[in-house]
Amino acid sequence: MAHVSLGMPKVVISVSGLGKRYGATIAVADVSLEVHEGEIFGLIGPNGAGKTTTMECIEGLRTPDSGTIAVLGLDPRREAAALQQRIGVQHQEAQLQKRIKVWEAIDLWSALYSRSTEGEELLARLGLEAKRNAWFMTLSGGQKQRLFIALAMIHDPEVLFLDELTTGLDPQARRTIWELITGIRDRGKTVFLTTHLMEEAERLCDRVAIIDHGRLVEVGTPADLVARHCPERTVVVTSDEIGPGRFAGLPGLRTVTGDGSVYRLRGEGEAFVTQVINFVAKEGIRITGFRSEVPTLEDVFLKLTGHGIRD
Amino acid sequence: MLKGFWKLTWIETKVFMREPMGVLGTLGIPVVIFIVLGRTFRLDRLDASSGPEAPFNVPILAALLIAVGAVLSLVAIITIYREGGILKRLRATPLSPITILSAHVFIKLVFTALSFGLLVLAGRRFFPGALDVNLPSFAAAVLLGTLSILSLGFVIASVVPTARFAQPIGAAVLYPMIAVSGLFFPVDALAPALRIIAKTLPTTHAVTLMTGIWNGSSWAAEWVSVGALLLVFVVCLAVSTRVFRWE
Ligand SMILES: Nc1ncnc2c1ncn2[C@@H]1O[C@H](COP(=O)(O)OP(=O)(O)O)[C@@H](O)[C@H]1O
Ligand SMILES: [Mg+2]
Repeated sequence: MAHVSLGMPKVVISVSGLGKRYGATIAVADVSLEVHEGEIFGLIGPNGAGKTTTMECIEGLRTPDSGTIAVLGLDPRREAAALQQRIGVQHQEAQLQKRIKVWEAIDLWSALYSRSTEGEELLARLGLEAKRNAWFMTLSGGQKQRLFIALAMIHDPEVLFLDELTTGLDPQARRTIWELITGIRDRGKTVFLTTHLMEEAERLCDRVAIIDHGRLVEVGTPADLVARHCPERTVVVTSDEIGPGRFAGLPGLRTVTGDGSVYRLRGEGEAFVTQVINFVAKEGIRITGFRSEVPTLEDVFLKLTGHGIRD
Repeated sequence: MLKGFWKLTWIETKVFMREPMGVLGTLGIPVVIFIVLGRTFRLDRLDASSGPEAPFNVPILAALLIAVGAVLSLVAIITIYREGGILKRLRATPLSPITILSAHVFIKLVFTALSFGLLVLAGRRFFPGALDVNLPSFAAAVLLGTLSILSLGFVIASVVPTARFAQPIGAAVLYPMIAVSGLFFPVDALAPALRIIAKTLPTTHAVTLMTGIWNGSSWAAEWVSVGALLLVFVVCLAVSTRVFRWE
């Protein structure tokens, strides 16, 4: 999963000082970021954070008020036609004609680009070959999204933009899409996606940028962000024999909370879990339950912004 | 510039034909109205001595209904496509906006021609002699009128807030335009303010042109209404490129 880079990674998208407002609403303020070749980069934040606006400015579909953007060395506004041939775009919430057939959409899209891949093969890769004669309106949510990925990839683009691709999908369909996207990255493409699902960002993205109220809060690999901002670990131990005082002397322990039998031990650093195990073994404490809670991007988000992602 | 035009036109045609009410409404309803009115006013009689005289030209009304039906359908398609993000999705491809809109106008004109063809067949079958005019010339007048009214449809499609209002608003604008088009009573019989409005409407000039061609006058003699229809087309196109929203 980890992104392997040899030396300096090649920058595919570079954004600096991007700003965009709608009337009195400041949608995006002073966003700067770089996306490297061959990575899955996720822009994550709650609804209304400015993800779509940022992405569509980068795609050249909206005109920024300030800042500079380069995608594959091109200016998305002035060199839109050249860029369109090299990027693939999936919009949030954009549909297709209700009664267009899957293969007709593929056929239409491949007619529009100067180079195009084999449509049938693409459908097969995305698991849509059985649906090639189905009307768009009869597809399931996951099938629609896979078709949109197919359309975004019909011209074999170097960079793929995916806006909230799995929103509204069931877990099974979501996992299928994650696998597809990982596969796309593994074939050397760069993927820029947005999501408000922290689990998705964590499972899928090589690097993420957290955006809130139009401002970038942090950028880094998910593991890196968690280690940097949420180093605490919580271990939940169940035991009927002991009281909270029994854990005195446990290395790295910060706090113990708990009642008669379930104790939440909070401590510093990744080593804390091992320390608890060692301590329990050494002290010969008889436990009936053991569980460790690893902080997630969700916790990082809460810590950095002071509110949850769904608030 | 028109890359993808034929592909898009062909696929959109198929998509339109799959609409349950699309083809039937476009092709069938004007013909049915034509036949019903034609029977009512005994279009088929050869001597004009018995029964009620048609107070207006029934074939021209039917042609006008075809045109308005096409425009309403275009307005509905554009607003539904906008609301569903289909226009946005198409616009992110190398398709130019002009290509997208031209394809839809082209389809509407083709279906107008088909519908007119059905009308002529129905006329031959039920009312022999009633359509005894220069048909190619009359068809051209119908298409020019339709094109001009379609451009007004663009303006309507640009300003209606949601797809749900598109049909009612379109109908509320277009059907009264037929009422004051001069088909049922002379435009000069209208109140002065209404008369001025009526004279700026493409439907009025479409009726004038069609009536003229029907009565055997030449296109050159109808240059005022031809010019007016083209002027409306250019003005509406200019207005809609300013106010048109893709999403
Ligand atoms: N076309 C628009 N007109 C007016 N306001 C908009 C428009 N698009 C987005 N906004 C506003 O800008 C902010 C950011 O929106 P958006 O970029 O869509 O966020 P996200 O994709 O993260 O949910 C929101 O407050 C939203 O209401
Ligand atoms: Mg969004």
